[in-house]
Amino acid sequence: MANRSKKKAKKERKKSAASKSNVIFDDEDDRDLKEGDENIISEEEEEGDGDERKRQKLLEAISALGGKRKKKFGERSEAAVQMSEFTVNAQGNDDKIDLSDLLGTMEKTPAVSTKTKKQLKNLQQGKMTIESPISKQASERIQRNLAFQKAAADVSRWSGIIRQNRKAEQLIFPLNQEPSGPKTMEKIVTGWKAQTPLEQEVFALLSANNQPINDPILTPAEEASLKAMSLAEAKIRRAELQKARALQSYYEAKARRERKIKSKKYHKVHNKNKGKEFLKQFEEMVKTNPAGALEELNKMELARMQERMSLKHQNSGKWAKSKAIMAKYDEGARKAMQQQLELNKELTHKLTTSLHKDEEEEKDAAEEEVMPSFVNDAEQVLDPSNPWMRGKLSEDLAHDENVVVNVPSVVAAAPENTAEEEDEIVETEEETLLREFNSRRKLRQGENPDTGLVMSVDDKEEDHEAAADASELEEQELSEFTNILKGLAHNQCDADAEASAGNCDTQLDKPHDDLELLDQETVTDEAPVQPHSAPSTNNPQPSTEKEGKKRKRKRGIEITKVLTKETNPIQVPLIPTVQETEDTDEKMDQRCLIKEAFAGDDVVSDFLRDKKKQEEEGKPKVVDLLLPGWGEWGGIGLKPSRHKRKRFRIKTAPPPPRKDQHLPTVIISEKRNRSMSSHQVNCLPSPFENHLQFESTMRSPLGRTWNTERTIKKLTKPKVVTRLGAIIEPMAQEELMKDQKAESESSVASGKKRRKNNAK
Amino acid sequence: MFFHFIDTMKVKVLSRNPDDFVRETKLDIQRVPRNYDPTLHPFELSREYTRALNATKLERVFAKPFVASLDGHRDGVNCMAKHTKSLSTLLSGSCDGQVKVWNLTKHECVRTLQAHESFVRGMVVRYCGTSFFTVGEDKTIKQWKMEAPGYGEEEEPLKTILGKTVFTGVDHHWKDGVFATCGQQVDIWDEQRSSPIRSFTWGVDSFSSVRFNPVQTELLGSCASDRSIVLYDMREAAPLKKVIMTMRTNTLSWNPMEAYYFTCANEDYNLYTYDMRFLDRPIVVHTDHVSAVLDVDYSPTGQEFVSASFDKTIRIFRKDGSNSREVYHTKRMQHVICVKWSSDSKYILSGSDEMNIRLWKASASEKLGVLVPRERQAVNYNQKLKEKFQHFPQIRRIARHRHLPKLIYRQTKELNIMKEARRRKERNVRKHSKPGSVPPVSEKDKPVVAVVQ
Repeated sequence: MANRSKKKAKKERKKSAASKSNVIFDDEDDRDLKEGDENIISEEEEEGDGDERKRQKLLEAISALGGKRKKKFGERSEAAVQMSEFTVNAQGNDDKIDLSDLLGTMEKTPAVSTKTKKQLKNLQQGKMTIESPISKQASERIQRNLAFQKAAADVSRWSGIIRQNRKAEQLIFPLNQEPSGPKTMEKIVTGWKAQTPLEQEVFALLSANNQPINDPILTPAEEASLKAMSLAEAKIRRAELQKARALQSYYEAKARRERKIKSKKYHKVHNKNKGKEFLKQFEEMVKTNPAGALEELNKMELARMQERMSLKHQNSGKWAKSKAIMAKYDEGARKAMQQQLELNKELTHKLTTSLHKDEEEEKDAAEEEVMPSFVNDAEQVLDPSNPWMRGKLSEDLAHDENVVVNVPSVVAAAPENTAEEEDEIVETEEETLLREFNSRRKLRQGENPDTGLVMSVDDKEEDHEAAADASELEEQELSEFTNILKGLAHNQCDADAEASAGNCDTQLDKPHDDLELLDQETVTDEAPVQPHSAPSTNNPQPSTEKEGKKRKRKRGIEITKVLTKETNPIQVPLIPTVQETEDTDEKMDQRCLIKEAFAGDDVVSDFLRDKKKQEEEGKPKVVDLLLPGWGEWGGIGLKPSRHKRKRFRIKTAPPPPRKDQHLPTVIISEKRNRSMSSHQVNCLPSPFENHLQFESTMRSPLGRTWNTERTIKKLTKPKVVTRLGAIIEPMAQEELMKDQKAESESSVASGKKRRKNNAK
Repeated sequence: MFFHFIDTMKVKVLSRNPDDFVRETKLDIQRVPRNYDPTLHPFELSREYTRALNATKLERVFAKPFVASLDGHRDGVNCMAKHTKSLSTLLSGSCDGQVKVWNLTKHECVRTLQAHESFVRGMVVRYCGTSFFTVGEDKTIKQWKMEAPGYGEEEEPLKTILGKTVFTGVDHHWKDGVFATCGQQVDIWDEQRSSPIRSFTWGVDSFSSVRFNPVQTELLGSCASDRSIVLYDMREAAPLKKVIMTMRTNTLSWNPMEAYYFTCANEDYNLYTYDMRFLDRPIVVHTDHVSAVLDVDYSPTGQEFVSASFDKTIRIFRKDGSNSREVYHTKRMQHVICVKWSSDSKYILSGSDEMNIRLWKASASEKLGVLVPRERQAVNYNQKLKEKFQHFPQIRRIARHRHLPKLIYRQTKELNIMKEARRRKERNVRKHSKPGSVPPVSEKDKPVVAVVQ
């Protein structure tokens, strides 16, 4: 039973689905049939007087009992308003009526002309039939459909207004209110008559001088002038003027803005573009006006000279320093540095003509050249762990190896420098002098963190702040001399105290070199990209010396001073990953690959930094609740009294210990506040698409504490305004007219514009 | 020496421009200097949140919508009509054939007339407001003068039309002297003639209400007993279109500002808003009633509508809101049969089974009467605050809270459980049948059985 009902339900569902999918056409036919039947029955009942009829009926009933039930249509007996078409039938023999039956009598009647007889005969012979007319139901359906389409189209005219009203910021009802503003003069004047004698006199004058009084308010001249330019034209004209004015003001504003832009990069790009344009012009000028071009050329040369003389690209400016610090972390900064260096090289490059000159000059040049190479070094060792950052990897490698091998013999200020002067095994005195200069310069520049050496600071220290780097560098530089002393003591060399104090001899340079070497080694230890740690271990230099130096270094740099932060115990898990670099070559290769791929980002340290940041945020802070001007004078330059400051600076209590205190790899956010969350919106409300939208609507306050009067009025405008006691009529057809008029006007205006554009 | 010192010394004196703080006349507003520097006014969000919370609470505190009850009928109020030109006049017809004219400002009955033998089924005021039409179960249409008869004069209709069948509703054209009645068929009548100028039938059915479109004034809508809504154009010979729903529609109301939208009150406890051009699917389904909805009327602004239900409540819906924004009920109000929204959009009138007509405020907490500008500003500001913070849970909770009679409260819960059960079952059927064979049907598609052309 249940099963059946279920089936039924299913069927019904299917049916309903089917019916919904396609529009149903009415099934009036059978309904009408039934109606007809009822009619007949009632009619037959009414006429009960005729006996014969009764008999007939009885007979019919009997015959119906025996045979098959056949629908019999009753006879039409009375005039009725509603009569079914189905009741009409051919009474009699139940035979079909033929045309010949009707035409039979025609032959006999003499009144019919022979012509019509012929025609009728033809008709009788012809087998063509007229198409049966479409059924009433179908025709009605068509009629309804057409009517509906018409009505729908009619009603759709309102869609513009409806959309507009839905979008409107404010709707004021009743809709067709008279504007409350000043009325037009015509309206006032028409309902007013001259009464006082003065007024009458004035009017008499006016009428005498052919001036209009009420109806056309404008004089003929005025009207003519008005007609000279139609409203639409005037509007277009005004719009054009407005546009021109606006454009001008935009350009002015833009120029002003550009002048005020502080961004150097912007100006650089701007100037570059200008330069390009200038070059183009110059090329043209060469063709057309060679004299002018020459002059320009001279000017350019002069400018170049000036720039060369200036210290602009010497890497000593504030910008360069900051970039040097940033270079480690920021690729952009690195690039900028490189560009700067290139520019410098270009500028300081001696022109070929000046190369072959006196030896003295050459010497100068050499000195000059020392500087750029020195600077350039910095860029090459930007990020020792990252091979992509190095311009020429293999070359460098070779140089480095060379250096390592040559350590006892070669004495150089820096490994890079030695690389340049590799071929000169025997040093001249001049060169030593030069190097002396170099080292001195280093000493001087050691204070600046942006020198090339900053870049060679090893990877370990990368995590620390730039300041720490700098300070360490300083230490390194300062400890040079002490190193020398120590080295002397350790090696029991034959160097004298004089040499170490005054003359920067080979002996002096040697320990310095060692120091560099050490640096190199540390670098190689951590950077698997340079797989030449073996030679360094083969280094004949005694390890004890190294250790001694390290010790010295430790003594020279106090860790607590350099590292202001406590060392992080969580860094322990990091160590194995570093140590793994000393695995087999294959693994190392893979590691290299991975490291290359992820050269820029260090996820672990980022995480640690994040955690540290959050911890910092959670620490108790001093809250300054001081409001200026309360209880004493306030204003620019006035400081509130100490007493007050003390009173209103409140130290918050330290929060309970963090939950992730002992979990090194987890950050547990403790921002959620249970008591607050019941007041907070926990899911995005429907009209908004993302939380930013929602927050932006929340951000701007509405009240008069924060906004000016006009803004408040605008902000708190109610959506629907109704007037007390005014009947609001439904929307009238006039609104539609207004809308259409406005639309047509706008279309006319646009059409005119288009025409104009075409003409242009 | 001393003078020399004075010469060089600069003496700083506090000096202010009186224009900044002195009013020109006594009638001017006092100038209040303000500094809008945001640092001086911190915590704007939290402060405004508190204000919004307070505004919401106050709105609930002041929500007293019931204004007056008009008693005097001796049987249930079956129909009402607004006066087209006078706000303070209301007409009501009861089940015993009596028609009363009320003065709303005085809360009193101005005129009583025995219009029909039995039920007054429908009533409408002519667009000019000088006369009104009533139809009754005694198969007559009567036209009455709006003015009361003079002393000694008998209360007589201007015109009486005897029909062949019972009339169940009447509505007047908004601009011409044409009115429409419904009963066994929908008839369009010219005021000057005693026979209809046009009558529409479509199958065998009886109609319960007919309404003219107030904007596109030639269009009509009617509700038939065969669960259908039929649309007509007065100028056409045939009806336009018909939509058959799962249950019967009692009345419909056209939006007076948006020509092609109408809302119909259905027996299945819901109201449906249709776009007349696309009848195969209602645009919005308005739920919340717990019994058949008997009447619906649009606010003259077209932004909201009010519905009367057999569950003894009135609910106010936004035109595009699927849930009601307000529910009105009193202990003594029985099944609400008819409801009207006053033509200044400030009041709602409801006629119910227990012979009373009740006058309600359309917005429950609004202050009646003229507001001084400062009050107006405060109201506007509070309104905007409530709007801004409406999504905050605490504010939403307070704003949504309504007291309901226990019966209705329980029934609502029950209905929700039933709805959920049905949904669950549907889900299960879908889960256990061949994928794609039982497609999900939207709630909007369910009420429509067919659209007939």
